[in-house]
Amino acid sequence: MKEFTPAPESASIVSVTDRVKPVALGMGVTSVHFLADRAAFVGGEENVALVDAKGEFTTVAVHSGAILSTASDGKRLVVGGDDGKVVSLDAKGEVTLLATDPKRRWIDAVALHPDGAFAWSAGKTASVKSGKNEEKSIDVPSTVGGLAFAPKGLRLAIAHYNGATLWFPNMAATAEFLPWAGSHLGVTFSPDNKFLVTSMHEAALHGWRLADNRHMRMTGYPGRVRSMSWSAGGKALATSGADTVILWPFASKDGPMGKEPAMLAPLQARVSVVACHPKNDILAAGYSDGTVLMVRLEDGAEILVRRNGTPPVSALAWNAKGTLLAFADENGDGGLLEL
Amino acid sequence: MSEATSQKIPVTVLTGYLGAGKTTLLNRILSENHGKKYAVIVNEFGEIGIDNDLIIGADEEVFEMNNGCICCTVRGDLVRIMDGLMKRKGKFDAIIVETTGLADPAPVAQTFFVDEDVQKNARLDAVVTVADAKWLSDRLKDAPEAKNQIAFADVIVLNKTDLVTKPELAEVEARIRGINPYAKLHRTERCSVALADVLDRGAFDLDRILDIEPDFLEADDHDHDHDHHHHDGHDHHHHDHGHGLKHYHDEDMQSLALKTDKPLDPNVFMPWLQNLVQVEGGKILRSKGILAFHDDDDRYVFQGVHMMLEGNHQRKWKEGEPRESRLIFIGRELPEEVIRKGFESCIVS
Repeated sequence: MKEFTPAPESASIVSVTDRVKPVALGMGVTSVHFLADRAAFVGGEENVALVDAKGEFTTVAVHSGAILSTASDGKRLVVGGDDGKVVSLDAKGEVTLLATDPKRRWIDAVALHPDGAFAWSAGKTASVKSGKNEEKSIDVPSTVGGLAFAPKGLRLAIAHYNGATLWFPNMAATAEFLPWAGSHLGVTFSPDNKFLVTSMHEAALHGWRLADNRHMRMTGYPGRVRSMSWSAGGKALATSGADTVILWPFASKDGPMGKEPAMLAPLQARVSVVACHPKNDILAAGYSDGTVLMVRLEDGAEILVRRNGTPPVSALAWNAKGTLLAFADENGDGGLLEL
Repeated sequence: MSEATSQKIPVTVLTGYLGAGKTTLLNRILSENHGKKYAVIVNEFGEIGIDNDLIIGADEEVFEMNNGCICCTVRGDLVRIMDGLMKRKGKFDAIIVETTGLADPAPVAQTFFVDEDVQKNARLDAVVTVADAKWLSDRLKDAPEAKNQIAFADVIVLNKTDLVTKPELAEVEARIRGINPYAKLHRTERCSVALADVLDRGAFDLDRILDIEPDFLEADDHDHDHDHHHHDGHDHHHHDHGHGLKHYHDEDMQSLALKTDKPLDPNVFMPWLQNLVQVEGGKILRSKGILAFHDDDDRYVFQGVHMMLEGNHQRKWKEGEPRESRLIFIGRELPEEVIRKGFESCIVS
């Protein structure tokens, strides 16, 4: 543990708050993704706001109810809603209907593959549509918590109760089941394809080394982990859920097994969302008191992007080049920072 | 605390054995002209046809928490649905969760105790159990689920009273009271109960733990004349108490009330209670208490569901108010002697 860092109110921390372009979104915001150089702020219901670097924005209606799930590859945004629809939105603001659940069930999770395939889930069923437009589905034993495509090949990880299922939609072989008791909600592959990590209903992460399915328990969080982000090159996994950013080391072949995580940027507030810079060893962290910090992974040096005193930060993202940072709080007060 | 509580969305859990009339009650709630909007979480679509309200289908998915507590089960689907519903805050005033006829209400209730995010946004208001006056007595014999639902209830809507005779009604009420003397009981035909009697009850609000006295049967309501036309079928092991109030002791589900006017030692009581629910939490369905601690001018109140407890200082004891401690437990095969002795050991000597 390092020494206590001065509170962001104090003068000693480097601040770039005056360089932030404020964006008043006028709606509750749950996430943000970049589509080319426009930030797509996703509302809790119905709309996505596309904001350019000048702060000018247009609002696009994507669903007729709550927006439950989002995924983006930087070119398009895929969103699932409580209206049973999966739609995509591109940087020009064009909306395309991708799929509709026949029973109009909630679309709880979506995922996007680099080659254009996408996946969604409703209840216990996960479905994949690949470029050739073939739709394939699999039923898992309980409701799907999260979906993630592996970085290589068309392979989908499905998080559910008591473990995760790994499925090759284009292969006849039965899906592989990775067991671990409890409810698994979020899921992510390490960028090198060697590890699978889930966030659980309990305040913990669980991981499997895919070569031998060895377990990794990542516990000690005071709250549930809702946000995970891989650092540039996949050397570490940054997570929310504590009053510091928790950074698990994944550089070695054993991942975090038997290792302590780094704890960066402690504040008197819970980290609510994290986003690692796509190229450099820097991350951005949003807190439950509205603070946004940029943090250098190497030494934990901090730069203040946004002061505290607002609702929790709910959305945070970098553009692909790492030149723009977008953020917003739950009430829709957001900002863009150009570096 | 009360202010924060009131901003949370109230959640009513609607249980009842198959065919008791849950859907009838639900449709009543939704169709009445109350100007409120409900989000309703149901197991099967189709039978409810009300516009304006959000109807969400759910699969009852119960899972164990990884906290080493075997009875600590929660409804995972509810966690997920609550999460989604909170994105539509402002679009509805209250939530109703309808369970299947065979469901145990505990996982639903526990979801509102253990899940941090759910707790932040919603509060459990009451467990309302619809019971079939004609068939409940039979179900209490052969269906443990029906017994659970009665034991867990804050409000019991005893429905289809038009299909039974008065003695039969007295009989089924006595059986209900043998299990749960504390729930508010309403006799209805086609679930015609005032909405205020089932909604916004605050049964889990610590500030309103006042309903700790048994809900005595209003004997006047079902008058005494049924004593005059005795008929067959009542050869059970009951004993009549003159007013037609029969007293049953259910063989495996019962309630236990403890009371003392002597102050309790909090340093003994708290560990005792914690330990009791740890050891016997599987058997204890519900617990509640108002406590008078030694050297403490504030009333302490607590409530629990299985192993989960929450408690707080509630308010100052009023002038002239008897400083009594009262506890109730409802549960299965409660070790009465052990509990009584343990409780007595908490009294300051």
